[in-house]
Amino acid sequence: MTGPALLSVEDVSVNLPTPRGNLRAVDRVDLSVGAGRTLGIVGESGCGKTMLSRAILQLLPKKAMLSGRVMFDGEDLVRLDRERLRKLRGRSLAVVFQDPMTSLNPVLTIGTQLIETLQEHLELDGVAAKMRSIELLAAVGIPAPEQRLAQYPHQLSGGMRQRVAIAIALSCEPKLLIADEPTTALDVTIQAQILDLLAREQRRRHMAMIIITHDLGVVAGRTDEVAVMYAGRVVERAPTPDLFKKMRMPYTEALLAAIPKIDAKPHTPLPAISGRPPDPTRPLKGCSFSPRCKYAWAQCQIEKPRLEDADSPGHQYACFRPLNTTAGALT
Amino acid sequence: MMPSVPQSVSSDFLLRVKNLVVEYPLGNKTVHAVSDVSLDIARGETLGLVGESGCGKSTLGRAVMQLRRPVSGKVLFDGQDLTTMQGDTLRRMRRRVQLIFQDPIASLNPRRRIGDIIAEPLIISGVKDSKKREQLVHDVLAAVGLDPQLVIGRLPHEFSGGQCQRICIARALVLNPEFIICDEPVSALDVSIRAQILNLLEEMKARYGLTLLFIAHDLAVVKAVSDRVAVMYLGRLCEVGPSEQLFAQPAHPYTALLIEAIPVPDPDVRPAESVAVGEPPSPIAPPSGCRFRTRCPRADQRCSDEVPELREVAPAQFAACHHPLIGAA
Repeated sequence: MTGPALLSVEDVSVNLPTPRGNLRAVDRVDLSVGAGRTLGIVGESGCGKTMLSRAILQLLPKKAMLSGRVMFDGEDLVRLDRERLRKLRGRSLAVVFQDPMTSLNPVLTIGTQLIETLQEHLELDGVAAKMRSIELLAAVGIPAPEQRLAQYPHQLSGGMRQRVAIAIALSCEPKLLIADEPTTALDVTIQAQILDLLAREQRRRHMAMIIITHDLGVVAGRTDEVAVMYAGRVVERAPTPDLFKKMRMPYTEALLAAIPKIDAKPHTPLPAISGRPPDPTRPLKGCSFSPRCKYAWAQCQIEKPRLEDADSPGHQYACFRPLNTTAGALT
Repeated sequence: MMPSVPQSVSSDFLLRVKNLVVEYPLGNKTVHAVSDVSLDIARGETLGLVGESGCGKSTLGRAVMQLRRPVSGKVLFDGQDLTTMQGDTLRRMRRRVQLIFQDPIASLNPRRRIGDIIAEPLIISGVKDSKKREQLVHDVLAAVGLDPQLVIGRLPHEFSGGQCQRICIARALVLNPEFIICDEPVSALDVSIRAQILNLLEEMKARYGLTLLFIAHDLAVVKAVSDRVAVMYLGRLCEVGPSEQLFAQPAHPYTALLIEAIPVPDPDVRPAESVAVGEPPSPIAPPSGCRFRTRCPRADQRCSDEVPELREVAPAQFAACHHPLIGAA
């Protein structure tokens, strides 16, 4: 990556006490994003991707214990006081959640919610804030924006609500936008529109973006870099083309293979990954993926592989038997 | 030209849906959930049914089961019309048809043990011998890849989503049905688990000689398991055809749009700038003529005046469009 990172997550772990014992949701993660870049974080449910985004935003559950540093624009978010954080969130650090119905306030109009954000952070007067709101709604592709200001979230469709949530997130020209499964609740045709919208606004504003998703298809054409998470850890990270072409981690390979391909013949058996992810309250001694990995050997069960550099710049993986190397399986 | 009904290659139909109309009252308005849909499913076939949320695909599945009574139209199952059946006759017929739902955890009673959940259909259908019931439960659990000894005495919350879906599949199979309606069976599951369940459905289909109606919004998933695919939009059928053919050369602009919108897991494939203008209109007041016309790049006056009939645009491929992408307009 070129230039200093806007956000760098350094050795971040999140532990949650549960009745079944300590749950290690995020396990020593390092990541960074530069201005104007897009990072995709991919993983299945329970892999810790959402907890990681909450750790960045400092929106973790009260009982959660966070260690490590989250450096954003020169400040460590973990050590900031509440007032400073509140100023930062919404202003330079914005987020779009999966379900726009729960992230928007159902009893306030779209206009109130947009204008509130603008007045709070940019100190605009009422008229200016209203003008700006209309511009923003138009920018995210909402027809008849002036009329929409007076409407409530339930009067809009899911796609429109997500557009409103994006408009609010973009309203203060954030430096970093975190989109946590922004299209999972939406239909495919709407998904494509929302992803295009995010990409367009990012280019226009030279904003950094993190897209969190379970769908490798979503990150393939729309990110600069991808980090794959499994059982709380980043198991592979690489510039997007390298991740898809020169993947080293067997989990990445298996995840990609398990997606039904649109050009495959019907009734082709899918290469499924057997078993399921480990119980996060019962961490394994070795590699977390080893019980499901077809290449695993003895060492994988005893020792946790560290994230190591591959030959190409920016590519790292955590595996003792990386694909297409002498140590690993040749595919 | 005679309005033709989409035919599958074989003519031994297990299910024939004819001009089915399902409507819901909503205040003093009506939701036109399914409007004049006709479909045939041959014995042993898997028909995929795709469409976006609110297009009526789940309602169609439920209307086939008579869980929602249609306003008009026929549902012929093995030659008998389910829409006119009542009470016991319908109940007996339903043993041959089973449903698998989207949310496997919500569709299992959280307070009952797995063994009891799966034995319940057997009790209702009058299998009185408890030894025989136990044997059947045991066999079906083993068939879906669960260890009967470990599973029978446990409660649903002890299982993951993928395992719960296996249990739901076992419950659907225990009566040895001929036909299963799968309503978004894998949409709630993770990618790695999804593939396991899709493979399992294919295996069970072969093993039990099933016919499937596979409802989903994900085209790639539907294609993976279906012999033919039907595309629905706002309560109407847009297109029906053999899976590969339909994906290789879609005739209806809506089918083409759906295929284009699928995110491809390949960084070399630049996502096409989304052409889809706007969103589906409300099924309370669907557009006149072709319901897709408000979002269709090919729409003209004729599309708002005239409802397009399904007609054959290529062998075995039918589209309801005045300006199909293939074949003569």
